[in-house]
Amino acid sequence: MTTDNSKTTKSLLSTKEVTRRGFVKGAAATAGVAIGSGAITGFPTIWAQNIKDVTLRQFGTGVSNINAVADKVKEDLGFTLQMTALDSDAVAQRAVTQPKSFDIADIEYWICKKVFPAGTMQPMDTTKLKNYQYISKLFIDGKLTPDSEIAQGTAPHTVGFVEGADSVEFASAPTQWMTLVPTIYNADTLGIRPDLIERPINSWADLLDPAFKGKASILNIPSIGIMDAAMVCEAMGEVTYGDKGNMTQEEIDKTIAIMIDAKKAGQFRAFWKSFDESVNLMASGEVVIQSMWSPAVAAVRSKGIACKYQPLKEGYRAWGGGIGLAKHLTGLELEAAYEYIDWYLSGWVGAYLNRQGYYSAAPATAQKFMSEDEWGFWMEGKEAQGDILSPDGKVMEKAGAVRDGGSYEERMGSVACWNSVMDENKHMVRKWNEFIAA
Amino acid sequence: MAFDMSKRSSYFLISPMALIFAIFLVVPLLTIIVVSFWDYDEYRILPDFIFENYKYLLGSSVTWQIYLNTFKYAALTWGFTLLIGFTVAYFLAFHVRSLTWQIVLFMLCTIPFWTSNIIRMISWIPFLGRNGLLNSALMGLGIVDEPLEFLLFSDFAVVLADVHLYTLFMVVPIFNSMMRIDRSLIEAARDAGASGFETLRHVIVPLSKPGIAIGSIFVITVVMGDFITVRLMSGGQSASVGLQISNEIGLLQYPAAAASAVVLLVTVLLIVTALLRMVDIRKEL
Repeated sequence: MTTDNSKTTKSLLSTKEVTRRGFVKGAAATAGVAIGSGAITGFPTIWAQNIKDVTLRQFGTGVSNINAVADKVKEDLGFTLQMTALDSDAVAQRAVTQPKSFDIADIEYWICKKVFPAGTMQPMDTTKLKNYQYISKLFIDGKLTPDSEIAQGTAPHTVGFVEGADSVEFASAPTQWMTLVPTIYNADTLGIRPDLIERPINSWADLLDPAFKGKASILNIPSIGIMDAAMVCEAMGEVTYGDKGNMTQEEIDKTIAIMIDAKKAGQFRAFWKSFDESVNLMASGEVVIQSMWSPAVAAVRSKGIACKYQPLKEGYRAWGGGIGLAKHLTGLELEAAYEYIDWYLSGWVGAYLNRQGYYSAAPATAQKFMSEDEWGFWMEGKEAQGDILSPDGKVMEKAGAVRDGGSYEERMGSVACWNSVMDENKHMVRKWNEFIAA
Repeated sequence: MAFDMSKRSSYFLISPMALIFAIFLVVPLLTIIVVSFWDYDEYRILPDFIFENYKYLLGSSVTWQIYLNTFKYAALTWGFTLLIGFTVAYFLAFHVRSLTWQIVLFMLCTIPFWTSNIIRMISWIPFLGRNGLLNSALMGLGIVDEPLEFLLFSDFAVVLADVHLYTLFMVVPIFNSMMRIDRSLIEAARDAGASGFETLRHVIVPLSKPGIAIGSIFVITVVMGDFITVRLMSGGQSASVGLQISNEIGLLQYPAAAASAVVLLVTVLLIVTALLRMVDIRKEL
């Protein structure tokens, strides 16, 4: 998922007394090293006394949008987390070209594949993370259940580990050194207006069904749009792909040719680029079937308009992000960053994300922070017993509702392809532009 | 000696302006030109001297399509804004007799400009949509049975929004030109037996030409470089040169965007030069 949000920064200046964690006592000693190295910026006379004066700068696309997380960090851990939300291209560029401008990078796995080898980040020692054991197997060996198949594209586990502390080579099997600790992920599919569509929808190919002429839409972010297009073409039986996450030029050309034909035939009403646009297209009835993101479906439904996040037989297109450490972090700041990341996995954020319709990387810990009904609805695909509330208290679903696509295992277990960046990226973008201009 | 002094002082007087132009216009422009010859990959731009960006840009059928499309928008918008702008200006300058009312009505024209142009543009979307106000009204009156789909997310919508946004850019300079026309010329034309249309054709239009040229330059340059109107009103289904540049910047393909920008700049400069050849706008200044 990519956000079109403008920059938002959050700076917390609470002076509330905080409980210090055990490790902080030792932190003052390491602080001396940090002064010497000049790694810590801010108020040099005060910070050494307490971790609460540490400020970690996080930037990224996903959880960096959630200010509630920064508030809770201040409350639970005592230090300040400054968040900056950017779109994914800007994040990737900054992570490579301005390595000192951030402490924590919140990036998607396909971005990690390009960014980590640039050497501006450092892997995390998993032995320092108490909650490492709870991380979903999906991010460790790619298999949610022992018999699930590994999806195409940039599957997170393929870029999740490196060979050693100073290595930038991705490891083929889990090691002690993790590039990103997963934070937020989901399985995307098509959104539909069940009140305006007569027949059941069960395949990606339905997006180009002439019955929906002038009422379909696809997202116009090339790297994601091409995947949705590939899911469609494959479902139609028009193109077969070696790897939808890394297509050949020929595969790209064939896919785009099909999309151009559909566009010329008037299949599409519009293309969308931002979250709000997709919500408006669907809510106004301009479009009845389109690529969509899960919170957008929720937003349409919250207006009292029927909208379904339709599971499809070919499976989902998944995306995932995680947080990683900047290379320059040392001393007290590094300790604080580890503390933050471990806290991240400890359940509060996981529950928060689950309630938004995303998934937590450590489901077992998140469960402790959710009611039985919430857990049943979001994770087990059970009927809601009472109203299901969003993290900020708005009613998202009434009692009796069942989550589209069912349980966590059903949804994340049928991922066909992960978001990725292709070797033929430049060619793909040019072909995509032809599609838009056609 | 005195001559030297005045020469020196005039150099001194123009230097702040020259400096501002140098820093904020010449330097960025040169940077763009330099970068347009650089190479790039997904996340970096690589200093180099290659013609690949231009070769791809000028050799691609997409570019020609996009330029054709942009010219189409520019030409249609120009035509409609000129027609409407001239009519409004004519009414204000020659039919409204009192200066007070001229000022009041002129101010009225500018009121929409008190809000952001994105808001003015977006407000068309619910109006023109499939279930929008206009379609509901037309269907309610029994004029059409099916909602008119071409109203939104189409070339029609783009041109409509452009005309709505930029007509004032025509009204102001044309009105300004018309107010400078010596009224005795019109009386003379009438005395010489010219009809109203002949007066318009042989007296008013020629004397309004500088205003028309300035308005045209405003409208054409703005529409040629526009990307947000095209993106929102066509529902992302049409491309313009500006949109192409904006996409390239979004994908961090700065050298490609720079090359597109240079080509666009040259194109617009050619159009402006052609306009200036036809009309001497210095008369206005």
